[in-house]
Amino acid sequence: MSEQEPAHGHGASREGDRTSVRADERRSPGERPSPDERTSLGDGPRSGDRAQYGVCAFLALLGALVIVDALSITPLTSSNDPIGPRSVPVLLGVALLVVAVVYGVDVARGGRGEPEAGEDVDLSTAMDWRTVLLLAGAFAANAVLIEPLGWVISGTVMFWGAAFALGNRHHVRGLMIAVVLSLVTFYVFAIGLGVNLPAGVLQGIL
Amino acid sequence: MDNLGHLLDGFVNVLSPGNLLMALLGVVAGTAVGVLPGIGPAMTVALLLPVTYGMDPTQAFILFAGIYYGGMYGGSTTSILLNTPGESSSVITSIEGNKMAKAGRAAQALATAAIGSFVAGTIATLLLVFVTPLVVTFAVGLGAPEYFAIMLLAFVAVSVTLGSSRVRGFASLLLGLVIGLIGIDGVTGRQRLTLGIPQLADGIDVVVVAVGIFAVGEALWVAAHMRRKAMPVIPVGRPWLGAEDWRRSWRPWLRGTALGFPFGALPGSGAEIPTFLSYAVEKRLARRPEEFGHGAIEGVAGPEAANNASAAGTLVPMLAIGLPTTATAAVMLAAFESYGIQPGPLLLERQPALVWTLIASLFIGNLLLLVLNLPLAPAWAKLLRVPRPYLYAGILFFASMGAYAVNSQPLDLILLLLLGLLGFAMRRFGLPVLPLIVGVILGPRAELQGRRSLQLSGGDLSGLVGGPLSIAIYAVLVILLAWPLIKRFVPGKAL
Repeated sequence: MSEQEPAHGHGASREGDRTSVRADERRSPGERPSPDERTSLGDGPRSGDRAQYGVCAFLALLGALVIVDALSITPLTSSNDPIGPRSVPVLLGVALLVVAVVYGVDVARGGRGEPEAGEDVDLSTAMDWRTVLLLAGAFAANAVLIEPLGWVISGTVMFWGAAFALGNRHHVRGLMIAVVLSLVTFYVFAIGLGVNLPAGVLQGIL
Repeated sequence: MDNLGHLLDGFVNVLSPGNLLMALLGVVAGTAVGVLPGIGPAMTVALLLPVTYGMDPTQAFILFAGIYYGGMYGGSTTSILLNTPGESSSVITSIEGNKMAKAGRAAQALATAAIGSFVAGTIATLLLVFVTPLVVTFAVGLGAPEYFAIMLLAFVAVSVTLGSSRVRGFASLLLGLVIGLIGIDGVTGRQRLTLGIPQLADGIDVVVVAVGIFAVGEALWVAAHMRRKAMPVIPVGRPWLGAEDWRRSWRPWLRGTALGFPFGALPGSGAEIPTFLSYAVEKRLARRPEEFGHGAIEGVAGPEAANNASAAGTLVPMLAIGLPTTATAAVMLAAFESYGIQPGPLLLERQPALVWTLIASLFIGNLLLLVLNLPLAPAWAKLLRVPRPYLYAGILFFASMGAYAVNSQPLDLILLLLLGLLGFAMRRFGLPVLPLIVGVILGPRAELQGRRSLQLSGGDLSGLVGGPLSIAIYAVLVILLAWPLIKRFVPGKAL
């Protein structure tokens, strides 16, 4: 089992180094490091992952937003609250800006966060945007439909749509599971346990 | 021994049919989510929060604790039979465990994991019984400056020791703190970061944050990199241990327990570090170290024990100080607040029945888990064959149900999707998730304690430095932050 070697060598060679545990954990043992991950160790030919600058920009923008929002609050301090509601957000905003800069320097030096591994995650494949968007669409459909149509219908639509997005091609079976799941959760949780799930257009029928 | 008396009362309480049923439900659900990919105990507890609002808090916590312990057992099954760990705390188990399984010793690997978990869980829960009241006695004397310092320490510890990179850990923490900021400031009533959306005035519910980051984020991330070819699941019969395996396992169990419990109780170390250390220790002490890497049973027994002992250790700061050290503990802490129970050193005094019944339920849950996991391991292994489209569709289904149930507003579902996209991006860019969750939950409380400390000093920053304890904590903080610098001056093998 030659493919087992990297993980084990990795785990054993770092004993005692506490800060590196997370790095070990992120790569599932037994899985060969993907080409991308190798570069993260600092010796690869690829000069890093440009998209990470997007994260820096996001952090910086968020920091700016937090500061602007904090400064728009009318200052209010009193003897029992000498620092008021503005100080903490301003501090966090500044910290975000600092982290964004340090992050950017780290990326420029070739630093790279390792994508999270998992049982069902195959990092050697390219990002499958179509599936992600379909899945997000199924989820958004539920958010839009839940009030007008009710949980049973919107939940069915979402389950069926999500399963379809993830590659399910047994449409009838998928639909049946979706309907049964929606009905059971509605009766058990909404009617049985008093959880707030809307009946929607099926009000009076269910 | 007052504590033992309380514990006996707890046993009497937990043996009522309703509580026993909750313990059973909890461990079954916990084992299932531990085995299943893509869903873990933290997410499950978060999802169940809105559903359990109507329940008696004691029963709800028995359920949650069962899920927590069960998740630890279930995670080992996945890592042994599938070669990829279900939970991060089972990573080390999979190194030797999967080798054993491939060599036809899956039954022994599962058995040493389950029995070791039981031994470690029971010993560590006993330690919990004695240590928690001690920590409480110490913690009741603490004031706002000390709490503020402890929370800062928790923030830094989860960010620096867990991250593969410190700056990514801090980025995650700050994202969490900013999310925690949203809503009306508790002291002055001013709205912060609500962007004019009235529903945001109450802040974003912790359930929505946890479910969005864990469940929706995970589903989207899996969708992006779906493994098209199913991984082979190693078939297994009923777990059992031969005399030789018992002889080789019992010492690692005890050593694993000794490592796991204290590390679980420390902020920021969680279950990963003790399992890792336990593996290293067992390898060094093994009579046949050459077996390591080819399926040494000690390499499963030790880390599995450490993993379960750390789960019990985690409950010490959670119950005694109100400080979460893992994601599940963080969500459970949020659960206390949603029941209107104030976590902290007064918890044990104000809610003795709840706490002691909860602790007693841990002993019962451990026993139930052993009974459930030994004979039923082949049945649990079948869960690994669930078709992935249905699994992740189901996770999204329950995620949106749970999040909607909190406030009955569709806006929460939009927030859930946005937080899911954030969770997706964090997985893509290697940002750890735990600092964010801890930031969301502890952030508002840390601000409150900080402002309270400054109130005492009239706004002078010296108010943040209280007694010797907070000075000691700040010293530890400085060491943690400056560690990369300090490390250069420490000889290589010193740690």
